[in-house]
Amino acid sequence: MISYIIKRLLWAIPTLLGVSVLVFSMVHLAPGDPALVMLGEHANKEAVDALREQMGLNKPLLEQYYFFITSAVQGDFGTSIISGEPVISEFADRFPATVELSLVALTFATIAGLFAGIVSAVKRYSWFDYISMSTALAGVSMPVFWLGLMLIYFFSVNLGWLPVSGRLGYEFDIDHVTGFYLIDSLLMKDYAAFWDTCKHLLLPAFALGTIPMAIIARMTRASMIEVMKEDYVRTAKAKGCTKAQVILIHALKNALMPVITVIGLMLGTLFAGAILTETTFSWPGIGKWLVNAVNQRDFPIIQSTTLIIATVFVVINIIVDLLYAVVNPKVRLS
Amino acid sequence: MNNNENKIFEFYKQFKKNRVALVGAYIVVGLILCAIFAPILTQYDPLIQNLSNRLVPPCWSDGGTFAHILGTDDFGRDMLTRILYGARISLVIGIISVSISLSFGVIMGAVAGFFGGLTDLIIMRIVDIMLSIPAILLAIVIVSILGADLFNAMIAIGIVGIPTFARIVRSSVLAEKNKEYVVASCVNGSSDFRLIMSVVLPNCTTPMIVQATMWFASAVLEAAGLSFLGLGAQPPTPEWGAMLADSLQFITTAYWMIVFPGIAIFLTVIGFNLVGDGLMDVLDPKLKEK
Repeated sequence: MISYIIKRLLWAIPTLLGVSVLVFSMVHLAPGDPALVMLGEHANKEAVDALREQMGLNKPLLEQYYFFITSAVQGDFGTSIISGEPVISEFADRFPATVELSLVALTFATIAGLFAGIVSAVKRYSWFDYISMSTALAGVSMPVFWLGLMLIYFFSVNLGWLPVSGRLGYEFDIDHVTGFYLIDSLLMKDYAAFWDTCKHLLLPAFALGTIPMAIIARMTRASMIEVMKEDYVRTAKAKGCTKAQVILIHALKNALMPVITVIGLMLGTLFAGAILTETTFSWPGIGKWLVNAVNQRDFPIIQSTTLIIATVFVVINIIVDLLYAVVNPKVRLS
Repeated sequence: MNNNENKIFEFYKQFKKNRVALVGAYIVVGLILCAIFAPILTQYDPLIQNLSNRLVPPCWSDGGTFAHILGTDDFGRDMLTRILYGARISLVIGIISVSISLSFGVIMGAVAGFFGGLTDLIIMRIVDIMLSIPAILLAIVIVSILGADLFNAMIAIGIVGIPTFARIVRSSVLAEKNKEYVVASCVNGSSDFRLIMSVVLPNCTTPMIVQATMWFASAVLEAAGLSFLGLGAQPPTPEWGAMLADSLQFITTAYWMIVFPGIAIFLTVIGFNLVGDGLMDVLDPKLKEK
């Protein structure tokens, strides 16, 4: 097992180095002088020279890359061109919002997806199966930003039940201990703020979780149908286990393996999907921040966000692989 | 009937059995017809503004008129016209993006699978690097390098699709390259180029066709997403995602500006997904099991 972990970790190094080269090259791949690209064609010469000096653009490429990667490893991603603030502190302010949204969306997607998948597999070709699988198919094809807009239109504009945008109403003021408003409001024992956070989270989390839910539901159904044909399930039935025992203990445990992999991989995808959801709901996370940075050609922000999300994605992949190896000895042995 | 006609007929018979896929095929054909006959189906121009006709609701709502069945937008342009012309843009996005992904993906996958060794290792590491950045983020990164416009968005989506095609083609080539007919052709003195292009690749087309159809749907979805973020098509281009971005400020007053472009994207994506699923069932049922 240890050799498997080491092998898996070693494989991640060239991938992450490759990502760092790609991210570093962004500034240089953009047509034209990198400093002019960032500051705009009409920037004055002093500002362009100052930026060149600040970002080390006058130095040889290899030296620039060495500086970039050593700074990045130490958590220094430079300063934002627009705000002049260190990128990492701006990132740290916004990251919890994105993580909170993604985790709530994933929790919803997992619970709803597993339920729909299991019931569809057990009651195959029933009306529930047809409805849930049609919904899952529609969910996979649904543009997340459109779904978000429709939810805002129905639940916020028409019915007035839920807030249109943001993380918390202006009337609430909570200490940013963890940055996760659900936890922070509970730590302050401000239950009204907690409820308001829940209301703000509901629509974006539902919109963001729809595609993962659809994928998890389809995957669980397929996996359960496959497992239900196995001999050990027939044996469980023959020895007199109740239907619930057969489904939940004997079949589900084995059917869950591929589903766990998908759920793990979804977390990385959710961070990316959050970019569209955050823009729709004006959610103050890294997605909205990144889009603003792209529009303003603030390369330090684009570079750092890409590098960090890619690293998170690679790390999650490794954790999923290792978890999979823990529960499935066949993977370790191969 | 010759052998090829027989195969096409057999394929059609099998495909027709899958009713869900057939619905997808009808949607796709409808989309193509709308795109081709847009100038005949509507009398309006998708770009010309008519400010005296701003925000007219659809014909079934109060204040609506049959002159503008789906209403008009904030510049008085007919919504139905813009959606019909938007079908052209979506088809072009799909065709260009899939062509880029397919051509580079096939070359990378075929070379990696056929030659193996160090070549395979290097190409597949590049593929891994590209896959380690989530698709929409990679597309945003590429657009930020090239600049935000529709053509660059298509290139970005095309590049994002390359690793998926490369992986699929590589595994197909790996499965084929040691088969007897390939060895026989090699013994006959075929060059590597001829072996890849004329002998191996023609036998790897099934997964490519299925993936190309599925990727078409993803390309339309991602292009709409990029345009929604302001990183793809720019106003006044009648692209569905850009139309949705434009509708944000009218969410309380003009629901038709939100609903119809979204339905158009949804139908297109689901249409191509259903066709892809149907093709997988008919052409390669084993692929589906995987």
